Amino acid sequence: MSTGIRMKEITYARALWEAFDEAMSRDERVFLMGEDIGVHGNIFGAMYGLQEKYGGKRVRSSPISEVAIVGAGVGAAALGMKPVVEIMFVDFATIAMDQIVNQAAKLHYMTGGKVKIPLVIRTQGGAGTGEAAQHSQSLEAFYAHVPGLKVVMPSTPHDAKGLLLQAIEDENPVMFIEHKLLYATRGPVQEGYYTISFGKAEVRRKGKDVTIVAYSKMVLDSLDAAEELSQKGIEAEVIDLRTLNPLDTETIITSLRKTGKLLVVHEACKTMGFGAEIMARIAEKGINVPMRRVAGEDTPIPYSRVLEERVIPNKGRIVNAAISYFD
Amino acid sequence: MKRFDVSSVSKELKIKMYMRMQQIRMFETRTIEHAKQKLIRGPLHLYIGEEANAVGACAALEKGDYVTSTHRGHGHCIAMGGDLKKMFAEICGRTTGYCKGKGGSMHIADLDLGIIGANGIVGAGMPIAVGAAIAMDNQSRKNVILCFFGDGASNTGSFHEALNMASIWKLPIVFYCENNHYAISTSSSDSLNIHDISIRALSYGIPGKTIDGNDALEVYLTTREARQRAVNGEGPTLIEAKTYRTIGHWIGDPVRYRTGSEEEEWRAKCPIRRLRDYLLGTKEATEAEIAHIDTEVKAEIDEAERFARESSDPTPDEALSDIYA
Ligand SMILES: Cc1ncc(C[n+]2csc(CCOP(=O)(O)OP(=O)(O)O)c2C)c(N)n1
Ligand SMILES: [Mg+2]
Repeated sequence: MSTGIRMKEITYARALWEAFDEAMSRDERVFLMGEDIGVHGNIFGAMYGLQEKYGGKRVRSSPISEVAIVGAGVGAAALGMKPVVEIMFVDFATIAMDQIVNQAAKLHYMTGGKVKIPLVIRTQGGAGTGEAAQHSQSLEAFYAHVPGLKVVMPSTPHDAKGLLLQAIEDENPVMFIEHKLLYATRGPVQEGYYTISFGKAEVRRKGKDVTIVAYSKMVLDSLDAAEELSQKGIEAEVIDLRTLNPLDTETIITSLRKTGKLLVVHEACKTMGFGAEIMARIAEKGINVPMRRVAGEDTPIPYSRVLEERVIPNKGRIVNAAISYFD
Repeated sequence: MKRFDVSSVSKELKIKMYMRMQQIRMFETRTIEHAKQKLIRGPLHLYIGEEANAVGACAALEKGDYVTSTHRGHGHCIAMGGDLKKMFAEICGRTTGYCKGKGGSMHIADLDLGIIGANGIVGAGMPIAVGAAIAMDNQSRKNVILCFFGDGASNTGSFHEALNMASIWKLPIVFYCENNHYAISTSSSDSLNIHDISIRALSYGIPGKTIDGNDALEVYLTTREARQRAVNGEGPTLIEAKTYRTIGHWIGDPVRYRTGSEEEEWRAKCPIRRLRDYLLGTKEATEAEIAHIDTEVKAEIDEAERFARESSDPTPDEALSDIYA
């Protein structure tokens, strides 16, 4: 008997579409809610046709009401539904911060474990499209700071689908943060229903000289950088965290035992960025290796291309940081 | 039936309003060409079809008044007398732009002209307008804030909190809703359970009025009246102007959510043609005078475009300044 696993090459946006479709066809409790997710199928087309297929009660295209989108998700989840709500940009999730932080994340704990909030809050962040300061941020550290929330940031189409299906299965609120430049990227994706467990980082490239830890789009930049480093005789191991909370430190430590050097890469601003948490955890485990960060500058995201490129990490900066270990 | 009295509007003002509307139309149309050539990045939310709103409403303002703008803000800036060169340069990300290339299309603003900010966050300008009105109130200034927002924004918490607060303190604000019937792909008939947004004024005990947002004169007169009420200390007014953007939400919008015939219907209600026909009809302007204005505006746009093209990009390290005052 064959394993029956079939792969096909699709975009990240289409992989998400498949996850919605799989989840909705299997489980009546799953419904989608967010702005412009009806005829438009969300602004990236990731839900195109789903309202037609499942109807307006299961694909609720909502008014511009971020507080109510997340809050209604909390209420529906409390009564046994499985809402997957969308906030168009992570920048606007700040409007719904009370519902995310004080409600969704706290209810299970505050009720002594009685109330469950199986809510997925999908959104997207990141720079690179000239959308400036209010549409380009990387705010994952806000959410990773809140006990009770899980934070997922997939970098590949296959992960996007499997992790989203896992997020929908999860009994807790999950912040599922995509990157706007990933939707058009392509990769092999397993057909049908499958899940990918949270808290398991993936080694995307093996190497012995330096460990690069990244997530979301920066995984792609790190892999590009690793190619260039390889031509210079440096073999980088690239680890994709996939989920920030739960965080897989074991995979990082295993790699560091081999390479002895850590480079953390993220697009978010350096100060109070998630890289600081990674380094602190490694240090607390008594792993004594040199550690450096390649991160966004501590600035808002500017509009002009030259300015935006100045503040966002890229392949060149990752290469330079890695090489600096060997100077 | 005569709905309002235009006799109090001078010929000069009407002609100026025509000129401003043409500036907006031609400016916006020119940016489309640039966007298609990828000389402009990021989203461009254009004001084509809605010109009478910004122009008519801002024409009712007096020195010292302020506006809060939106993501669809080019029209507001031009109506306030914005420098087309600095605007074009900003949209092209040049160092000579209004925001040194840091803000882009969604954030063009000139405080010196009375624009407190264009906003990428829908609804966010409304509480800011309340604060600006508090400043005026506490400083005993006889001025007002003109707060622009869309039909979509009227569904945010910010809208309701701002209207309530402004109403209890009788703050000098004119809330101006540009109801263009859509928020991206969402028809207002799918996102509101009422036909006229102006009836929301009832909940706050303030006047609410629905007007034709494609008629610059009606917009002007209604805003002027609301402004007068505000400076008299009688509090805010909610104006809802029915209008339409005859282009997509942004360049590249596939516009799957409405029909071509609906768009055609609204194109036929072009606010610029309407004021021109009115001026010709009343003989307040001749064909030749109108043609002269059009030629002058076109030359201004050419110049603005050239200025933007010839300006330089910021130096990369400019990104690291202006974070703190
Ligand atoms: C808080 C918030 N939610 C969503 C968006 C995305 N968005 C940008 S413009 C827009 C539609 C706004 O509609 P409306 O207020 O009617 O203004 P219009 O674009 O029609 O001028 C939306 C949803 C945003 N910028 N801010
Ligand atoms: Mg609208």
